[in-house]
Amino acid sequence: MKPKGWKEVAPGAVITEAGSALKFKTGSWRAFKPKWIEENCIQCMFCWIYCPDMAVKAKDGKRAEFDYDYCKGCGICALECPGKKGNKAIVMEEEGK
Amino acid sequence: MATPLSLKELSKKEVLLTAGHRMCSGCGAPPVVKMVLLASDYPVVASNATGCIEVSTCISEYTAWKIPWIHNAFENAAATLSGVETMYRSLKKQGKIDKEIKFIAFGGDGGTYDIGFQSLSGAMERGHDMLYICYDNGAYMNTGIQRSSATPFGADTTTCPAGSVIPGKLQQRKDLTKIMAAHGIPYVAQASPSSWSDLMKKVRKALEIKGPKFMNIIAPCNRGWRSRTDDAILLSRLAVETCYWPLYEIENGVTRVTVKPKEKKPLVDFLKPQGRFKHMFAPENEWMLKQAQEEVEKNWERLLKEEAFTAPKEEAAKE
Amino acid sequence: MPKIVAVTGNEAVAEAFRQVNPDVCAAYPITPSTDLMQRFASFVNNGKVKTEMILVESEHSAMSACIGASAAGGRVITATSSQGLALMWEELFIASGTRLPIVLGLVNRALSAPLNIHGDHSDGMGARDCGWIQLWSENGQEAYDNTIQAFRIAEHMDIRLPAMTCMDGFIISHSIERMEYLDDEAVKNFAGEFRTLNPLLDIEHPVSYGPLILPDYYMEFRRAHAEVMSKVSKVVLSVAKDFEKISGRKYGLFETYRLEDAEIAFVILNSAAGTSKDVIDEFRNKGIKAGLLKPRLYRPFPYEEVGEALKHLKAVCVLDRADAFGASYGPLYIDIAASLYPYKERPLLINKIYGLGGRDYLPEHAELVLNELAETAKTGKVKTFKEYIGVRE
Repeated sequence: MKPKGWKEVAPGAVITEAGSALKFKTGSWRAFKPKWIEENCIQCMFCWIYCPDMAVKAKDGKRAEFDYDYCKGCGICALECPGKKGNKAIVMEEEGK
Repeated sequence: MATPLSLKELSKKEVLLTAGHRMCSGCGAPPVVKMVLLASDYPVVASNATGCIEVSTCISEYTAWKIPWIHNAFENAAATLSGVETMYRSLKKQGKIDKEIKFIAFGGDGGTYDIGFQSLSGAMERGHDMLYICYDNGAYMNTGIQRSSATPFGADTTTCPAGSVIPGKLQQRKDLTKIMAAHGIPYVAQASPSSWSDLMKKVRKALEIKGPKFMNIIAPCNRGWRSRTDDAILLSRLAVETCYWPLYEIENGVTRVTVKPKEKKPLVDFLKPQGRFKHMFAPENEWMLKQAQEEVEKNWERLLKEEAFTAPKEEAAKE
Repeated sequence: MPKIVAVTGNEAVAEAFRQVNPDVCAAYPITPSTDLMQRFASFVNNGKVKTEMILVESEHSAMSACIGASAAGGRVITATSSQGLALMWEELFIASGTRLPIVLGLVNRALSAPLNIHGDHSDGMGARDCGWIQLWSENGQEAYDNTIQAFRIAEHMDIRLPAMTCMDGFIISHSIERMEYLDDEAVKNFAGEFRTLNPLLDIEHPVSYGPLILPDYYMEFRRAHAEVMSKVSKVVLSVAKDFEKISGRKYGLFETYRLEDAEIAFVILNSAAGTSKDVIDEFRNKGIKAGLLKPRLYRPFPYEEVGEALKHLKAVCVLDRADAFGASYGPLYIDIAASLYPYKERPLLINKIYGLGGRDYLPEHAELVLNELAETAKTGKVKTFKEYIGVRE
């Protein structure tokens, strides 16, 4: 996209498109990638609430897939995941492997 | 009806801070903002002091906010929001607005404890109907981990480095939560993202109370705390379990500890995983660990005494 | 029907504020503007206005709250002086950069140190380049008229910039003059309803104010601001024309006094222009062709128009009631020099610093300057380019 010239910038730099940051993908920051193992998931939703990047999707009150467009791979979800019978429902894997 | 405080129900709500913000990986502050916004069932207008959240959530044409939001400068999130709130009252009185709107200010510890302290104190004294949220990560993280008055005793920061003569910060933290309580405002609380339910209950309660409210919320910073990217929630939990960061509220002068650790952990459990306290574990700095632990004991004991002293009569009689 | 009154400058500006009836006012007391806000506060507390007042804990918070209130979507006022404006300095740039049409009554006063509460222009001059519109006023009538017009200028959809109206501390703010007040209804109609632009309180359309702008865009925003400044003088003139219809009083970008056929002239701001005009009359009686130019719209400065008005003169003295330390000349002088620089044939230009910290500007000072100008015009030689007058050696 061609950068705007001075005649096109918003008066007072006010942003009128709420949530436009969604256009800025932060997934490329990731060095480690979380993997969701659904059979170990007890739907506690801790990963959803603790995720700093709103990168855990939820649907109808249940956990859905990771949003890799934004996940920065911090690993909070994996650490906080209680899993099922000692088996984690989220594990971190090296990106690109 | 208010959304029940269950994650299942809350996850059906839209999170009004979107993905695509540029906070560091594993930052403890976005979960705080997320929980605060999820807790409210009212429309919210927010102000934000200059700081990590501000510079990372609103850059160029990209805003992560889906609520009306204003950043003015570093030291004036409270004064700025007091202006917004006053305009709201003026227009409401004139019949130009009829909606019920809540006002929330966000500031880091630098913008709240230090440079924004006067602005905060003034706005609270004036009685504006607003909630001020301090996300406390214990230093000026946005500018590169400089000491603030919220920096804990002993911590190594870039302006109070653990040197061979001066081993980090030698002063104790300013107890801002208590200072805000001393303003005599109707509601003051301390919270932690690890106890999401407690945090959100407090936000809800605060928003139902008319007048100025203040909440201090711990927000681990892995860059400044020299810890892992995955331990923000874990460290905020350890802060509570060691009683370094007690979860309590002061409502109309009545102090209540809202989460009491079943078993009080030693402070080193909180300090050990953080590189900023590493030097305190050297044999010659044993006194620092001792002093830090003593401070926690003193404050915790005092808080419990306060709770007992301010408890309403009938409750006290039952105990 | 206009009402003839005998009031102080502070009283007059407070009255203009009452008649415009803003939504929010945030202010902090400081001499000599305190009295202005006290009067306005009594309007608020006696139900004479709909305004909500925020009695903040500092001028920094006053302007911060004004910014919040203005962004929220309504008409906002404040007033201050001296150290108060200095403490607001950071926020002045944020108000203008965010394009918020706040109106500020500035009662000009000297800056510390040493501490001094009396009138000079150091405060307003210190804020001259912060992107605000500045209207300067000779007397209470002009302060009143400028204040009313400031709302229309600041809130104009092509402009949306904050504006400050300036009058001399004590000399005008605390002196009683005969002047005319307009009808409440006339002022109300003139100011009109406040029109919002991206109000924060519109929760259906959430906006974000105050983003971080990196080097890839910062300069574009500054250039856009400069463009808006360039449109101000046209709006000032059209608002003045409308104002003349309700008041009978004529305003331009600046006032000229016996300037058209003059050979020598003063350029001077605010109250000292009155004394200067009297002395000009005396010199005219002696056959010396003296005149005066008094800027009204000082920011943005109408360089071309001022240059045109002054270019025919032989010698001009710019009197500054503030110094710009280290810049060699006073701030007004620098602007006048810049206005005249494009002309090949231009007057000789000298600078006098006068009246600092409330030091009286007397007819004898004006006489001294006119005599020097007459001599300079005759010989074509400048004695001293810059000096302080009315100061003990």
